[in-house]
Amino acid sequence: MAEIRLIRRRIRGVRSTAKVTRAMEMIAASRMKRSQERGLAGRPYSEKIHQVLADLAALPYDEVAHPLLQRRPVRRVAVVHITPDRGLCGGLNANLNRKTAGFILEQTAPVTVVCVGRRGFDFMRRSGQEVCAEFSRLGDRPDLIDILPISRIIIDDYSAGFVDMVYLAYARFVSTMVQKPALEQILPVEPAALPPGQSLDCIFEPKAEAVLGALLPRFVEMQVYHAVLESIASEQSARMVAMRNATENANELLQHLTLLYNKARQEAITEELLDITGGTQAVT
Amino acid sequence: MATLRLDIVTAEGTAFSEDVDVVVAPGTNGELGILPHHASLMTMLQPGEIMVRKDGEEIYLVVSGGFLEVRPDRVIVLADTAERAEEIDLARAEAARRRAEERLKHPIAGTDIPRAEAALRRSLVRLKAAERLRKKPRI
Repeated sequence: MAEIRLIRRRIRGVRSTAKVTRAMEMIAASRMKRSQERGLAGRPYSEKIHQVLADLAALPYDEVAHPLLQRRPVRRVAVVHITPDRGLCGGLNANLNRKTAGFILEQTAPVTVVCVGRRGFDFMRRSGQEVCAEFSRLGDRPDLIDILPISRIIIDDYSAGFVDMVYLAYARFVSTMVQKPALEQILPVEPAALPPGQSLDCIFEPKAEAVLGALLPRFVEMQVYHAVLESIASEQSARMVAMRNATENANELLQHLTLLYNKARQEAITEELLDITGGTQAVT
Repeated sequence: MATLRLDIVTAEGTAFSEDVDVVVAPGTNGELGILPHHASLMTMLQPGEIMVRKDGEEIYLVVSGGFLEVRPDRVIVLADTAERAEEIDLARAEAARRRAEERLKHPIAGTDIPRAEAALRRSLVRLKAAERLRKKPRI
């Protein structure tokens, strides 16, 4: 008897869990579509601005003097660690944290971390990393304005010489099923390999300083913004897949438990019947 | 004949990506005409029209600022916004113009004058482009 009650309670529990995960799957699915579109739409711009700057970085430095193009010996590295705010999205957070942690261990120079998203921040704080800034609750649809403080920190720290190299760690969205932790160097800008024979001359209008002064901050802003958008697309996709798996597992478990429950019930009935017939036999 | 690869991209996606013959763009120092084998150049754009000629046909796009990079065989426009002239929402541009003019005529405390001026310029450019398209209907 006791066992039956236990199984029944368990079934109720699993069923309500399945309902919750199912609901979360649907929510993630509806957000996923939008965030994927946004993440992918920004890709051409991000790639092109990178290409343009790589061309410029290939020019001799005295021609394109700008603090953000300056190359220095690396005494301090900064990582912008972009993670979701919330969990329940499969192995995404663990993978991201592991990737960045591995990268930090490899570095010979001290590393400062700028955390975007609670999950990464909690992890970095737990593991005793130096975190110089934390941004969270950006929401599902951040505007460019929302991420400007992040790029501001990078630009200021790099210009002031506090850090000599800046990396961006985020979840690159590959497909709904696949998200890859990515680590990219954003500062200093890596110069493009020029095809042989191409001249390095470049005309600037109005002036190199003016153009670069407008373009470089924009570049950092757009790279960070785009990484955040990709990260959101990855988060929603990972969550949807994780929740779908959870729902499937719960349903499987439910089937198994129902079988167990029916068996136990039948056994109990048989036992009772035996008791009754045994009793009547004893009386007559 | 040699052609140029023109890519116009905005943060919201690719607005234009084709091989073209001529590009005329509104640089901050004036209009720029770019033909294939142009010298490498880097400039900022002001709100205005980009004219593209391709196979004898002219295409107009409106940009509201951005950057332009020229290499001998390709042109990259990193635009803040970009739209084809025929996609312009006339009513919206007109409303934006009126709003900006209103703000400039009767500035109240806290009015961001440079921002209103920029908005006015953007709307005027859009209106001009749409106007021209209407006068010269497509055959």
